[in-house]
Amino acid sequence: MPRSLILPEFLVHRDEGRCTKCKACIRQCGFGVHAEEPDGRISANEQRCVNCQRCVVMCPVSALKVTANKEIGRENAYWSAERLREIWRQAESGGAILTSMGCDRNYPVYFDHLLLNASQVTNPSIDPLREPMEIRTFLGRKPEKLSIAGPPGEERLAGPLPPGVRLEMPVMFAAMSFGSISKNTVLALAKAAKQMGIMFNTGEGGMNPALGPFWDHMIVQVASGRFGVDSAYLEAGRIIEIKIGQGAKPGIGGHLPGEKVNEEIARTRGIPTGADAISPAPHHDIYSIEDLRQLIYTLKEATDYQKPVAVKIAAVHNVAAIASGIVRAGADIVVLDGLRGGTGAAPKMIRDHIGLPVELAIAVVDRRLREEGLREQVSLVAGGGIRSSADLLKVICLGADAAYLGTAALLALGCHLCQRCYTGKCSWGIATQDPSLTKRVDPEAGAERLVNLLTAWQHEIKEFMGAMGINALESLRGNRLQLRGVGLPQNELDQLGVKQAGEAM
Amino acid sequence: MIRTTVGGRAMKVIESKGVHYRELNREIRRLVAAGEDRLLLRGVNGQRYIGAGLRGTARLEIEGTAGNNLGAMMNGLSIYVHGNVQDGAGNTMSGGEIVVRGSAGDITGYAMRGGKILIQGNAGWRVGIHMKSREDQQAVLLIGGKAGDFLGEYMAGGTIVVLGLDIPLQQEREGANPLIGNYLASGMHGGTIYIRGRIPAWQIRGQVQSELTTPEESPQLRSWIEHFAAGLNLDCSALSREIFTYLTPQGARPYAHLYDHSA
Repeated sequence: MPRSLILPEFLVHRDEGRCTKCKACIRQCGFGVHAEEPDGRISANEQRCVNCQRCVVMCPVSALKVTANKEIGRENAYWSAERLREIWRQAESGGAILTSMGCDRNYPVYFDHLLLNASQVTNPSIDPLREPMEIRTFLGRKPEKLSIAGPPGEERLAGPLPPGVRLEMPVMFAAMSFGSISKNTVLALAKAAKQMGIMFNTGEGGMNPALGPFWDHMIVQVASGRFGVDSAYLEAGRIIEIKIGQGAKPGIGGHLPGEKVNEEIARTRGIPTGADAISPAPHHDIYSIEDLRQLIYTLKEATDYQKPVAVKIAAVHNVAAIASGIVRAGADIVVLDGLRGGTGAAPKMIRDHIGLPVELAIAVVDRRLREEGLREQVSLVAGGGIRSSADLLKVICLGADAAYLGTAALLALGCHLCQRCYTGKCSWGIATQDPSLTKRVDPEAGAERLVNLLTAWQHEIKEFMGAMGINALESLRGNRLQLRGVGLPQNELDQLGVKQAGEAM
Repeated sequence: MIRTTVGGRAMKVIESKGVHYRELNREIRRLVAAGEDRLLLRGVNGQRYIGAGLRGTARLEIEGTAGNNLGAMMNGLSIYVHGNVQDGAGNTMSGGEIVVRGSAGDITGYAMRGGKILIQGNAGWRVGIHMKSREDQQAVLLIGGKAGDFLGEYMAGGTIVVLGLDIPLQQEREGANPLIGNYLASGMHGGTIYIRGRIPAWQIRGQVQSELTTPEESPQLRSWIEHFAAGLNLDCSALSREIFTYLTPQGARPYAHLYDHSA
């Protein structure tokens, strides 16, 4: 095999004065970077390093540092080192470059150009430590009108309400399949969801029997490969989500490579061990909004209209019209996954060059649904790059009912965003099926970290709301008056439906 | 509600003409839950989602034309249609049997992971896409006539058989096999497809290997033909010496080479 021209992307620096040769780095690295030489030295094969920081964090004497290798040629503002590496890799492999997690390129981040409001003097702020703050939300279809029946004093709703799901706070864990992440990671998410009164999502991974205690907090996904979809699966979930697209790879399908399909994953997905789990780009029974309606109603019929049906799409240029069609097709919840949405594996070019930031997607869909008188009928969920409670509140002000957290949840479990989930070698034990690595995520301890994160966010949300003088999330949804734009041209402010900072109410 | 006797067995009859699918399916669901094991739906005319998501061992007989997504996602029922079915019969079903006396529309058996579908006539386009199997669950789709484009695309497991009963085959080697359309088995990575007659190379998309056999030589194929004949009460003995092409995937990872998996 000819010699590779590609210099390592990262450099491993070992402080020989500190290193005690304890070999923790050798044991910790899932990628096999560190090794003991015959003379007793510890060496590093930097070609294999992905800069996941596992060895750096776990080194008991802080002897390690990993840095980016920027010295690969003459500096060039146009041909960046990353572009050069991509070309060299493709010249050697002939394949589309894979990557993981969300788009990391330097596109504008609208969250960082939006500022929230607060009350001063004329309308008082509310002290969240003293007064109740309502941060619950309900997902599902809302009836166009309510009918009341019964004699005076004993009035009741005339008919049943459509099925809905209560969230104790406006977040859910995004779809991450058993297969792309480990069973322990799925269990940590499920436990945390149950404890916080929110939902987690099976993704296309099917339903592992270990999830039995968490059915009340489970969203089951129906994607184009239909893995693990049977009547028991549909009955177990509280919400059924039809996945049309994903922010990290709009318009394309997905492959869980055969080497990741071990016996347990194969059983959960209902496929043979070792075979690729291929999700085709489209659902082959959905070529139109009318076809989508038929899948929505098939799922409703199959579950006797007991569960809300969500439809998840990647945010793309025509998202407002598409979302309108989805609502008219009968979806109870519309999920918009933005440009920054993560993935276990996607072609890098697709991930980095297709889509729409979720801030814009939610804003234009919320506006369109209001204009058409549809907004109040459905719930709108934002996904793709929610990094903090501030991002969450901003996206709610732009029109979302709730948000999905994927990347943020994995970060809480130790992920360092090395973007190598597709290799299955995750040193943090998250995106891997190797038993020696998966044990690094303990479901109990992981759930506790997730609960801590969400508890902190809850408190921040209440403080934000109190500052704004608002005591119910309901009053914040689509409340663009609470937002102002900084450093945005007028047409972007118009798309967001937000005024320039400095403009009064 | 009336009862009738068909073939010496009592059946509950549901007069379906003009009944909205939602009402019809609610009634079927109620009766099946109540333990009714034989239902006859009379005058069905395009109602959708019949039997969708149902479990159990009940037998549904349908007179008329069943609408889209008949038996979708069901697990265990036995549905017999005296007529045609529209699109999506057996969509994502995981068990049970659908027998159709007539023809079936597009996306029949899409992503089915278990159970059997028998179509006496023809099937439409995109049939049997992404069928699956496990040791304990085998999806089987038997077609008496012919099928359209994209048959068995992305097939991951199970069996498809196309018999072409009463359809004359081309005699020239390079002539198109009339029982299939374009894009046969593209992306196939599991399972087996049997098509009566020879298939010229240009009619097969990569990713699969094709060989010839006859029901006499192949006990597997013979047993599916016998199952088909028994299920529809037909005589298929004339097929025993006919040549069939059978397709199996070249590998379980058809697209791995398209990607650079290095870290």
